[in-house]
Amino acid sequence: MGAADQWVQMLSRTGPQREAGLARLHDLLLRIARSELRRRSRQLRITGPELDDLAYQAAADALLAIVAKLGQFRGESRFTTWAYKFVIFEVSVKIGRHFWSNPTVPMDAEDWERLPGRLGADPAQQTERRELAGAVRRAVDENLTPLQRKVFVAIVLNGVPMDALVTELGSTRNAIYKTMFDARRKLRAALVANGYLNDQTSRHS
Amino acid sequence: MNGWTALDRFLQTDPRDVGCGEAMELLHVYAELAATDAQAAQRYPFIAAHLAACGPCGEDFDGLLAAIRGTTE
Repeated sequence: MGAADQWVQMLSRTGPQREAGLARLHDLLLRIARSELRRRSRQLRITGPELDDLAYQAAADALLAIVAKLGQFRGESRFTTWAYKFVIFEVSVKIGRHFWSNPTVPMDAEDWERLPGRLGADPAQQTERRELAGAVRRAVDENLTPLQRKVFVAIVLNGVPMDALVTELGSTRNAIYKTMFDARRKLRAALVANGYLNDQTSRHS
Repeated sequence: MNGWTALDRFLQTDPRDVGCGEAMELLHVYAELAATDAQAAQRYPFIAAHLAACGPCGEDFDGLLAAIRGTTE
């Protein structure tokens, strides 16, 4: 019997074997959660016991999800790789939630002139900054739905992490990503139609 | 990079991008393949397209890859 089958069998049983399996899996998940939080520590402003508390929360929630979805494991990877996916995702959720304990900027602030910098552009001339910010703001106002606008402003202008926005809006990462994806397509089409960008490359590149 | 180029790059979308749900569904398979085979992106271009565009899923992929490389079953 392979290692993956052993894991599934152990966790599917009842009694002491299952309890031992759960404890072993929790230890593995906790180890991965701790190393993932260390790897992503630049996104957090906490250390020590508080950081370890997030690791415990992520491991516990991942364990619950894994047990609930055990029947969905199809053996396409090692069992541990499949299980690690859950705890890595839970770490992302905890980091997203933690953002709101000390947010750096209000979610709905609208300083459009910071847009070029937020896109990673070099400091531009004042006229270019104003032209670009004005064109995008008009395109946003005229083409996006209220939800698309809210998501665009939060993520692009204010740098709210997507997982933090997911928590704030009670949504899912998939739904917020799709909202942004559709907003990007709409904005590009509008900026092409208005002559700011062309179909292949930007007018100003 | 000027502002217009940066904006254009940001607004570009890849039609192969399947979104977070489908990418996460197969992330464990993709990550194991990527850990040992440089052709993972060629075999799963729709996942590669999503991971290149989605910061949070890309971060999860990096974390999963690090976990795979740091442990054995």
